[in-house]
Amino acid sequence: MRRMSGKTLYDKIWDAHVVDVTDGEAILYIDLHLIHEVTTPQAFAGLRANRRAVRRPDRTLAVADHNVPTEGQALGVDAVADLEARLQLQTLTKNVADFGIEYFPMGDIRNGIVHVVGPEQGRTQPGMTIVCGDSHTSTHGAFGALAQGIGTSEVEHVLATQTLRQKKSKNFRVNIEGEPAPGVGAKDFALAVIGEIGTAGGTGSVIEYAGSSVRALSMEGRMTLCNLTIEAGARAGLVAPDETTFDYLMGRPAGPKGGGWDMALSYWKTLFTDDDAVFDREIHLDAATIAPLVTWGTSPEDVVAVTGKAPDPADFDAPEKQAAIARALDYMGLTPGQPMTEAKVDVVFIGSCTNSRIEDLRTAAAIVQTAFLNGRLVAPHVRAMVVPGSGLVSHQAEEEGLDAIFKAAGFEWREPGCSMCLGMNPDRLTPGQRCASTSNRNFEGRQGRGGRTHLMSPAMAAAAAIAGHIADVRDFL
Amino acid sequence: MEPFTRLDAKSAPLPLANIDTDQIIPKQFLKTVEREGLAKGLFYDLRFDEQGREKPDFVLNRPEYKGAGVLVTGDNFGCGSSREHAPWALMDFGVRAVISTSFADIFYNNCFQNGLLPVVLKAEEVAQLMDEARGGNHVVSIDLETQRVTSPSGKVFAFEIDPQRKQKMLLGLDAIGETLGKTTYIDSYETRRALAQPWLERA
Ligand code: SF4
Repeated sequence: MRRMSGKTLYDKIWDAHVVDVTDGEAILYIDLHLIHEVTTPQAFAGLRANRRAVRRPDRTLAVADHNVPTEGQALGVDAVADLEARLQLQTLTKNVADFGIEYFPMGDIRNGIVHVVGPEQGRTQPGMTIVCGDSHTSTHGAFGALAQGIGTSEVEHVLATQTLRQKKSKNFRVNIEGEPAPGVGAKDFALAVIGEIGTAGGTGSVIEYAGSSVRALSMEGRMTLCNLTIEAGARAGLVAPDETTFDYLMGRPAGPKGGGWDMALSYWKTLFTDDDAVFDREIHLDAATIAPLVTWGTSPEDVVAVTGKAPDPADFDAPEKQAAIARALDYMGLTPGQPMTEAKVDVVFIGSCTNSRIEDLRTAAAIVQTAFLNGRLVAPHVRAMVVPGSGLVSHQAEEEGLDAIFKAAGFEWREPGCSMCLGMNPDRLTPGQRCASTSNRNFEGRQGRGGRTHLMSPAMAAAAAIAGHIADVRDFL
Repeated sequence: MEPFTRLDAKSAPLPLANIDTDQIIPKQFLKTVEREGLAKGLFYDLRFDEQGREKPDFVLNRPEYKGAGVLVTGDNFGCGSSREHAPWALMDFGVRAVISTSFADIFYNNCFQNGLLPVVLKAEEVAQLMDEARGGNHVVSIDLETQRVTSPSGKVFAFEIDPQRKQKMLLGLDAIGETLGKTTYIDSYETRRALAQPWLERA
């Protein structure tokens, strides 16, 4: 007789949140709804038009991040020159007031990028279902929470009902084992996975990251890994919670307290994939073979080792593939077969919900400090900027003197926000500018019209700032 | 979503085929923060000249059609992009129903998300309504329950509609409305959760 197989972590979280199922479509209860100014105005307008309330304002948290300029935030929305952006921020302010939702506005030390703020406040907890009108909500999966990006009509649905209608995804496990080389970290793991399975490789799946190299990552590293899961096409990423997770959560402002902590902890410890659980798909990566990676093209799957070269269309047989590579190289201003380290950079951006947490800043600052002690500064032709993910990250970095290191070396130390990740606020590339960026999307025009983005880790971006071109961080250790 | 049961309203004739969503609401109006307010962009290039002045002869600018709640239009209305701003703009302008021989698929779906009734009639029936709308009396009557349109002169035309969609329209149910129909399930889920995981209930 066949025994029923065990459950994956995803199965467990899913099952614990099903309110009802009809024809395979579940009504899934949502524990935390994070909102920001860009994808919510019409959702609130919809609530008003139908005279509906927000079901659980206490499970909703609002921040201002996409549109905010990274200077002058103490002035509040008056710091926002773009009138449409200002109106979006004012609309959010009105909406949260009308519906009784907690809000960290511009200038509040707790404000920052939505995916940095949730975990930092302890709002993000293991076993939760979390949604936000932003695709990089997958970040929160680092805590063993099922976290997904949704559209505006779904935002309205969650506001009104605290549930989401959804069909279940497939289970996909990515195992990363072994000891990575110095200078190699979570960002390189994530780019390696996307390079391996492609930007549609995770479509229809929830990816659980497992293996000794994942267990060894800090919470910041796990967040980087889960953040980029969406670039592999998956609906969400997950890492099972463990001591690292519990240590991170202990004492957070919105986390469980006292007896609640003990109860929560005993529940969180049940959140792992059973040994006999079956995955629809599974892949294995050896961390020891992963080099520091950079992207050469206009899709996150266009990944190459920093020691490698831009591809040559002539090396490919399929004409469509040749044309696609040629087009990407042309946009990026690279020649076929050009060594990546020859690419001169104009801008270095350390920030975004992928890499703007305290550990990211520490790693980058360590590279900058070592170079500084050897008499090296940011290359003269480079504009280098560090944009902390939240006011609290910024404050912590300043306590540790990281801002002083960056500034002494010639970096700009900016105020928190999405900044140059998406070119919606004043921080943008100009046409033709090349950027070493710790963000998550290298699409055409993502960081500003005509801008050229190379994705890489914070340590690699710091090395590029000093070198003035794409550089191997291992030469800077 | 507002229920749609019966509508008596002025009808405006718009005898053009293939009116796409770009004509219904051009892209410069998509940056708004509200669903409301899109009326100003409705049929922008048809309604206004380059200087932004109203074109006096466009049907919706004519005094006798002010407040029209029904559009009678040519074939394949709403083709083009999937923007939900198109039904939003029509609704915001006060249009509650569009009568045509055919609609583009996505637009048709979007109408039902928003309480805008798309009515499909035969070519000669649409022509009849178009003619009458051009005359002195513009008021048509649409009864969703009996699936009938009554022309200003009293001619009656029957129309088809998917029974489930009709039901949702009559009750004003959108996806949210449907889920809210299961509120008791959500309530009892929350009660169970509050007992099992009390730390999630913040004071
Ligand atoms: S930092 Fe970039 S990816 Fe992250 S939430 Fe902001 S815009 Fe989106």
